[in-house]
Amino acid sequence: MSSSLTQVGAIARRSVVRTARQPASIIPPLVFPVALMAVNAGGLRSSTDLPGFPTESFLAFALAVPFIQGALFSTMNAGTDLARDIQTGFVNRLSLTALRDWALLTGQLAGIVVLGVVQVLFYIAVGLIAGVTFASGPLGIAVLVVYGAIVSLSFGALGAWLAFRTGSGETIQALFPVLFVFLFISSMNTPRDLIGVDWFRIAATLNPVSYMIECVRSLIITGWDPQALALGFGFVIALGVISLALASRALRTRMTRT
Amino acid sequence: MTRENGIEVDGLVREYRKGPRAVDGIDLAVAPGEIYGFLGPNGAGKSTTVHVLTTLLPPTAGTARVGGYDVVREGPKVRSLIGVALQEAALDPLLTGRDHLRLQATLQGVRKDQRRPRAEELLHRVGLADAADRKVSGYSGGMKRRLDLALALVHSPRILFLDEPTTGLDPQSRTALWEEVSLLRREDRVTVFLTTQYLEEADVLADRVGIIDQGKIVAEGSPAELKAEIGRPSVHAIPRRDEDRPRIAEFLARFGELLDTTRDVSVRLRDGLGLTDIVRAVDADGVDVVDLELRAPTLDDVFLAKTGRTLEGAAEEAEAVVEQKRRG
Repeated sequence: MSSSLTQVGAIARRSVVRTARQPASIIPPLVFPVALMAVNAGGLRSSTDLPGFPTESFLAFALAVPFIQGALFSTMNAGTDLARDIQTGFVNRLSLTALRDWALLTGQLAGIVVLGVVQVLFYIAVGLIAGVTFASGPLGIAVLVVYGAIVSLSFGALGAWLAFRTGSGETIQALFPVLFVFLFISSMNTPRDLIGVDWFRIAATLNPVSYMIECVRSLIITGWDPQALALGFGFVIALGVISLALASRALRTRMTRT
Repeated sequence: MTRENGIEVDGLVREYRKGPRAVDGIDLAVAPGEIYGFLGPNGAGKSTTVHVLTTLLPPTAGTARVGGYDVVREGPKVRSLIGVALQEAALDPLLTGRDHLRLQATLQGVRKDQRRPRAEELLHRVGLADAADRKVSGYSGGMKRRLDLALALVHSPRILFLDEPTTGLDPQSRTALWEEVSLLRREDRVTVFLTTQYLEEADVLADRVGIIDQGKIVAEGSPAELKAEIGRPSVHAIPRRDEDRPRIAEFLARFGELLDTTRDVSVRLRDGLGLTDIVRAVDADGVDVVDLELRAPTLDDVFLAKTGRTLEGAAEEAEAVVEQKRRG
């Protein structure tokens, strides 16, 4: 293994180990999205009676939401962890080693992806236990895991950018509700074509988070929908590319070594 | 070409945006295998100098070579041969001591088969073998400092930078760290650049001392040389009654230059005078003092002679400036 890959592995291992040692970082991304899904599935079950609703199981419809909600938790955790490293001087310690800038970012994100995959497997398991049938079959479940990894990577890069840019865990935590607004003004609870309020439907149509949720939802309740998959993968990859570019640039400024 | 393992600094300046010159044109040279003590109060420019020499900050002007490499143009080469323990022992509270050493060894490029034995060796060396698998959040201040030192040594550096390594430590931990630093120089011939605000630390550890104040080096030499520069001893008198202080100050001023009248009353003796001269005069004039003490010059006297302030007073002044800036 080349030294760069060894460095990436070492940083990723640290990221996973420190998260595993903080129950407060593991439990909320697993429990809160599932709890919210359970509440919604109970309260909004009658939505399935609407003409044109794509499934008879609201649980199957709602199962897509934790994938994105969990990723938002990852964004905040990744950001606050990195910001803490900046505030305590740990990034300075790393700057004084032979660590390459990109290896720090890649390693940190690799750790987030590992945790993101664990989250996705948990949500899938919860769905299977609750009786949800995945219309796209085992291959679709595999695609969901891959999609979950990409979502974690993209949102993790967004968190890393915020951390390198602001250097403040408090600022990132303050931004968390803003990210959640994107989730709430999406198609998380109702298909876009069934949203009756005009401004909400337009906002949900303009919101990329809607397409990320619909990509996951299509694999669970529709089967293989090329358009939903293309839009879902397209938006999340675009978010990832932009976030990674911004994070790399901010990292170079932050690791001010000669 | 700078000698191997040495440090050469020429006209180094570092300015912060909207701030004063933290480092204002310093020149210094540290020989291989030497312990150089960089002594000064808070805010004098010690840590900024360390940040420039360790490649964490680019200088505004001037040059610095560490181990023969330019800190601006050859940063990676400089980093490969230095070990650094910065003022804040930036450790991850969730990792164990052993986790830290493993991570640091990997990132410093220590060969895979060498990482474990090197970590064990260092854990024993700094006395943390028993605490190696405990999370750092449970370490005392002294243990964190020792782990920080072990991390700085993981890749066997030739030059070691220690930025106020004993600040906040209890006397026992401080002495243990001093012994370790002395051992590094004696057995491994490591060059040590040590910043401190403790006179005793510089006196005990350093072969040579540079005294920095307001970004400028105001004195440099071995502790003995610097003290010899001051030359004359001082006499310190403690008045029995506080209201006698002005009278005793007037009395002592006959014997030399008055230094301090706030705590005790002290005077730097003129050439040719000794304690016996003062004791005789005290008896003859009936001056009422609790104690009279003759003191050889200290590094604080050197600082006072060069800057007109005591090291403690300069630190308080620097803190007041910081507080004033904070309040806008």
